[in-house]
Amino acid sequence: MKNQGKKNVRDEQMKSLEEIFEAKIARDEKIEPKDWMPEKYRKTHIRQISQHAHSEIVGMLPEGNWITRAPSLRRKVALLAKVQDEAGHGLYLYSACETLGISREELYDQLHSGKAKYSSIFNYPTLTWADIGAIGWLVDGAAIINQVPLCSTSFGPYARAMVRVCKEESFHQRQGYEIMMTLCNGTQEQKDMAQDALDRWWWPALMMLGPTDDESTHTEQSMKWKLKRKTNDELRQQFIDQTVPQADILGLKVPDEDLKYNNETGHYDFGEIDWEEFWQVVKGHGMCNKERISARKNAWDNGEWVRDAAVAYADKQAEKDVKEAV
Amino acid sequence: MSKKNWPLWEVFVRSKNGLEHRHFGSLHAPDADMALKNARDVYTRRSEGVSIWVVESKNIKASNPDDNGEMFEPAADKAYRHPTFYELPDDIEHM
Amino acid sequence: MTNDNLIHYIYGIADNSLILGQRISELCGHGPTLETDIALTNIALDLLGQTRSYYKYVAELSPKDISEDDVAFLRTEREYKNVLLVEQPNTDFAYVIVRQYFFDVFHFMLLKELENSKNVNFQAIAKKSLKEVSYHKRFSGDWLKRLGDGTEESKLKAQQAVNDLWVYTDELFHMTANDKKVAEAGYGVDTTTLKVPYYETITALLKEATLDIPDTKYFQKGGKNGIHTEHMGYILSDMQYMQRTYPDMKW
Repeated sequence: MKNQGKKNVRDEQMKSLEEIFEAKIARDEKIEPKDWMPEKYRKTHIRQISQHAHSEIVGMLPEGNWITRAPSLRRKVALLAKVQDEAGHGLYLYSACETLGISREELYDQLHSGKAKYSSIFNYPTLTWADIGAIGWLVDGAAIINQVPLCSTSFGPYARAMVRVCKEESFHQRQGYEIMMTLCNGTQEQKDMAQDALDRWWWPALMMLGPTDDESTHTEQSMKWKLKRKTNDELRQQFIDQTVPQADILGLKVPDEDLKYNNETGHYDFGEIDWEEFWQVVKGHGMCNKERISARKNAWDNGEWVRDAAVAYADKQAEKDVKEAV
Repeated sequence: MSKKNWPLWEVFVRSKNGLEHRHFGSLHAPDADMALKNARDVYTRRSEGVSIWVVESKNIKASNPDDNGEMFEPAADKAYRHPTFYELPDDIEHM
Repeated sequence: MTNDNLIHYIYGIADNSLILGQRISELCGHGPTLETDIALTNIALDLLGQTRSYYKYVAELSPKDISEDDVAFLRTEREYKNVLLVEQPNTDFAYVIVRQYFFDVFHFMLLKELENSKNVNFQAIAKKSLKEVSYHKRFSGDWLKRLGDGTEESKLKAQQAVNDLWVYTDELFHMTANDKKVAEAGYGVDTTTLKVPYYETITALLKEATLDIPDTKYFQKGGKNGIHTEHMGYILSDMQYMQRTYPDMKW
């Protein structure tokens, strides 16, 4: 009975701490790493920020696949710089995540063991040069819609990382659209290549904005913590509304027979998304799930002796410094 | 996993002369030299800086937010440290 | 001194940057840490940027209406004049670093001389590139010390890479007939004068890195005359894939 009483007091205290915490976020104050936070807030943030970081570095691979084959020197340096930015963004996000008390190595372990998720779209293959255009245009386009609201999310380090990411990413989508534009102004073969890329990337790009609202589990809590400002369906509608006119300018056809502008709503109506495909890819049955993870894992495992060498060297130097001081 | 991981460093960058170094972010590096080089490659790719400091994160002693009451609130009622505390006639100049 | 002399002289310098840039690009996304990945990509971007400056100049000098990309992508293997060193594969991180260091030291010395060329384009490119290459040299040299004087394993790997790549260093100082002509006219660099200081520099660093100096007397050569290793064909089939599959298109 006595213990029960103590527990009640603790629960009461916890509840009031949480209320103060939630009120702080509601007032648009930021939460910093050393501030008190509910365990659930910490865990949710570790999950979301690390997923985001993993998506950046796995996302390097499908585009990296075309660096050595880029068709001009200008395209090659632009693509290299873009993929390099993604490494940088992964790095900023891992760092933000590390402020919550988890190491980059632990986060990598989660990725390599398949425990952690990353954006499913990177499990699709890049088959032609036009795919590099389509990824920049559609995938980065969808990512920007997701990311811009995160610049004002409640967790300080995440918000600051996102400000940097969004600033740097502004060239990525333009880079992709310019590639598409060049193809669409080119030969019939190039136009066909562009259309083929749109056909293959359109639906995965729509899926990238997440399951429909009634299937999405974390939305309400995420809204409160400003991890989300709009629902998945709202974001998807926004993406379609802004992307369809861009496809029109290219003279490409969006591969959706049901796509039609609705004068009453002021939005595009669109066809059914194949969610079965989405969940299959999430579960690991996409064309490239295995390659992507093994590429990341190989890079890390093959780098172990390099990282160890640098640490050993640093230790030896530090010892030398101590001896010299004596 | 590596036997010993690269430690974490905090990166401070001066954007241009005349401005202070500002915290830009962090990174992992085996030693101070490499941390500086990595900071150059990670944080100044778009000409963001003219000077970089790196400090190993474990060497930073941070105040505890739980102590914020005693640390920072006592300064709140010392309005006499601010110029607006002092009442002067409106038409006085150069003050 | 004809434009053709200059063009061929440029190939001998610029193709090194192109092929090494291409080689390092292969690593993007596969580095031992994110930080190192980003650093290596910066080196690739510098080298490819230099390549573009040189090839733009080739396009200007050429009597034909060609672009930097025609120069980069539309030559046959024999027409690429890079040294064999830069086309060697990314066997492991030790090979990447040793190849880089062996090239960087030479590259730096070459550009230092090229800065004094009578040709203003060469002067300008050299001046800009020197800052980049001076950083590359520091980066690869610092890493080589860490690998050599790191762990047992890293020392073995670094020594292996040094032994295997050493045989490609002598070619850096070969002068083709055209190189000699351009150097004598005060436009190019007499690289034979760089040989002694080059080996002094890298020997000193290898010693600091606690690595042994190979005593090979036989060196590989051929790249400067367009006779490459077997690797080159694969590099080109990758790099030229788009131009060869879809001729005469804009990208």
